[in-house]
Amino acid sequence: MRNHFPLWKNSLISLILVLAAVYALPNFFGEDPSVQLSPLRGALLDQNLVATAEKSLTAVGLTPKAVELSDKRLLIRFEDTDAQLKASDTLGTTFEGRYTVALNLAPATPDWLRRIGAGPMYLGLDLRGGVHFMMQVDMDAAIKQAEERYAEDIRTLLRDSKIHYGSVDRNNHVIQIKFQDANTLGQAESTLKREVRGLVFDEDGTTLNGRMSDTEAREIRRLAVAQNVTTLRNRVNELGVAEPVIQQQGDDRIVVQLPGVQDTARAKEILGATATLEFRMVDADHPTPTDETKTPIGSKLYKDRQGKPVLLQRKIIVTGDQIIDASSGLEQQSGSAAVFITLNGPGARKMADTTKENINKSMAVVYIENKNETKEVGGKKVTTKRTVEEVINIATIRDRFSKRFQISGLDGTDEARNLSLLLRSGALAAPVDIVEERTVGPSLGKENIAQGVRSFEIGFLLVALVVLFYYKVFGIVANITLLFNVALILAILSAMQATLTLPGIAGITLTVGMAVDANVLIYERIKEEIRNGASPQGAIYAGFDRAFATIWDSHVTNLIAAVMLFGIGSGPVKGFAVTLTIGIITSLFTAVSCTRMMVNFIYGQKRAAKLWI
Amino acid sequence: MSANTVTQRHYAIDFMKWRGTAVVASLALSVIAIGSLTIKGLNFAVDFTGGTVIEAGYQHPADLNAIRSDLEAAGFSNPTVQNFGTTKDVLIRLAPLKRGEKGMEMRTQVMDALNKNVEDRPDIKRVEFVGPQVGDDLVEGSLIALLASTVFILIYVAWRFEYRFALGAILATLHDITVIVGLFSVFQLDFDLTVLAAVLTIMGYSLNDTIVVFDRVRENFRKIRRADTLEIINQSINETLSRTLMTSFLTFLTAMAMAIWGGEVLRNFGIALVIGIFVGTYSSIYVATALAYKLGVSRADLLVPEKEGAEDGRP
Repeated sequence: MRNHFPLWKNSLISLILVLAAVYALPNFFGEDPSVQLSPLRGALLDQNLVATAEKSLTAVGLTPKAVELSDKRLLIRFEDTDAQLKASDTLGTTFEGRYTVALNLAPATPDWLRRIGAGPMYLGLDLRGGVHFMMQVDMDAAIKQAEERYAEDIRTLLRDSKIHYGSVDRNNHVIQIKFQDANTLGQAESTLKREVRGLVFDEDGTTLNGRMSDTEAREIRRLAVAQNVTTLRNRVNELGVAEPVIQQQGDDRIVVQLPGVQDTARAKEILGATATLEFRMVDADHPTPTDETKTPIGSKLYKDRQGKPVLLQRKIIVTGDQIIDASSGLEQQSGSAAVFITLNGPGARKMADTTKENINKSMAVVYIENKNETKEVGGKKVTTKRTVEEVINIATIRDRFSKRFQISGLDGTDEARNLSLLLRSGALAAPVDIVEERTVGPSLGKENIAQGVRSFEIGFLLVALVVLFYYKVFGIVANITLLFNVALILAILSAMQATLTLPGIAGITLTVGMAVDANVLIYERIKEEIRNGASPQGAIYAGFDRAFATIWDSHVTNLIAAVMLFGIGSGPVKGFAVTLTIGIITSLFTAVSCTRMMVNFIYGQKRAAKLWI
Repeated sequence: MSANTVTQRHYAIDFMKWRGTAVVASLALSVIAIGSLTIKGLNFAVDFTGGTVIEAGYQHPADLNAIRSDLEAAGFSNPTVQNFGTTKDVLIRLAPLKRGEKGMEMRTQVMDALNKNVEDRPDIKRVEFVGPQVGDDLVEGSLIALLASTVFILIYVAWRFEYRFALGAILATLHDITVIVGLFSVFQLDFDLTVLAAVLTIMGYSLNDTIVVFDRVRENFRKIRRADTLEIINQSINETLSRTLMTSFLTFLTAMAMAIWGGEVLRNFGIALVIGIFVGTYSSIYVATALAYKLGVSRADLLVPEKEGAEDGRP
């Protein structure tokens, strides 16, 4: 019996097909309009929140379809978009400032599927609508800023060490320090080499040239991008977007994807907002008033992150643009988390004077963000500037501060890291500009899905009909194989949590046309063997056997081209490359094993059956 | 069918007889393609050139001249403003940014200009903005991808068959690509990223049919000891003709479905595939084999010991 698979082979193939069908299934359940609540700094996700949310929804007569609490968000599903929008407004007022409220389309995957980890594919922006930005970080500016910081450092250092210098200039990535004689230069050189890491010095007459080392330059570039990613992520979180994507791409680019956002103007305002920091003394001479009207003269009432009022002096000690570096680490004596800050010359002097007089008093760090907000008032778009100020940290001054100082008394290493990031990103992030934008309105997204799916259905149907008429029983086998192939592609894409784009759908459609080729190669070979006088069983055996090498070769060449597609572009075409690559691999499996299994099942037992081909 | 003898032809169509005509036809097609590419060039989409495309929907039929003058007043030189589908839908194209211009500011200016029409503010359906640097990167990436595919496929086919087959196959493939790109130039169809993806896909796909033919040529060289090369090639093409046509036809059906029903985004993608499938089928029959023959493929080159012996037990 040559046309017979052993039981284990049949079972394995069947198991794979069943798994494919199950994991492809979630894509057919649609989505629930829902609202999601994500906590802002420190707010809790607990049953209290659920109760409050449900109460405020009941108050306006809304009944959610389901309420799901996870460790990242609270998701409330509704029957229709009307309820969703109403709920979003209600919850937005209830939780203002503590939680971001975002509209979301949550997959309506049944519980039993979710329990085995099955979920639908993620729809790309071209299918669900939204904004895609690619931002370029201005690396030259980042390097220039760093060089300016070094120049400033060198001036301060030389002044502090009482070494006379003529001038410190930046010129074409070289920091030139001019001295009167070689003696002072030598003195300065040894001091600078000891104190200024990251620069490489060499002498040129009475001029000392400092160049940034390659590692330092690389590090600055890396940091500039990392800081910008963090800043952008923080800002996007405030936008209230469900499932945003913010990731670095290449050396100096950042991709920001905001699904479902239609108001690109607002998105851009938020992303382009600027932030700064201020250091102020806490006003300990007066009791903290309960409302702003009772604020004493010379002081100003702020709120901390928890919304607790804090009274600070109006006089600013230092602003964020005077910070030249901030890093987190552990305090040497106590071993507790701390943030280490480096100020520029003028900032350092002011800080030293203030702290000298205020030992054992408290100092606060205020985070200020300037936002432009566009709101529609009576059909007109009105842009208002809004400034958000909050106290992010209060610490006790233990000693006179110098250029470098530390903020301790933080909650832990996480907070220290966050604070140092905020300090850096507030003052330091290199400028970014949008170099690519793709915006797709939601209606166009729906249209794209409809057209993509329709062309797939028609393509599949045409192929299925032709194959059925041409190959009869074997045609049915080929069509079932094709269906399984599509299921397998969907299952793998879903399991990978891949993003489906319109070209991705095109990839699946095209795969149908290409996958069936393998069946054609096998069937034509079987026909040929029969014409040459082979027995039906012999023809089936030889057909599969001889066609395999050809099928393999053609799949490999297809695969080479498909993999090369990954190299071009980032957007939708990558989706095409993914589906095509997966489709080529799955079709190799289905055409050879799945087709064979079914053909064996139909003809394998009959010795002299006539083949309907 | 009788047993193999040298005197009797085993095929219905003498394909190789027409190979001279095919060479002329292919050369003519290629010359037209390259000629059009040099004279007319390709109608590159924003993906490659950089620039901005905005699709806006108005409540009422849009006044294209007003939009154009608003944009010009905002400092955009020669904006293309045209209707798109209906009189209410407008497609706006803006020239790429010059170096140093900021994408962020450009977008604000465009929106301000479009919002000047207070009574009928457009609903922005789609925006594609590609900065000059991104466009350049894409062109570079595309060229590398094309080159790399060519090289890898060449290596694979040379390894699986023989270098003369590999050369024949790759020249046939390049011929296909030239014709697709050439036709896009002749008809000035939008050449965007998806079309490029189609071109790369065709590179892999058009080789399939070529490989089917080559596989058969190799098999026949081993099986039929006394026929000459030309006859073997002819017989191989005839034997594989039905599957070559069938596989191409089925893939053509899906490509056509996308060209007709796939909407704006997939139309040109589908068209490129359709052209590619047609040319690819023709070229795998003629160009690849004729070239391999011209390059002097013979029985001796293919009698590598692999797969011999054990596989030859025909029933």
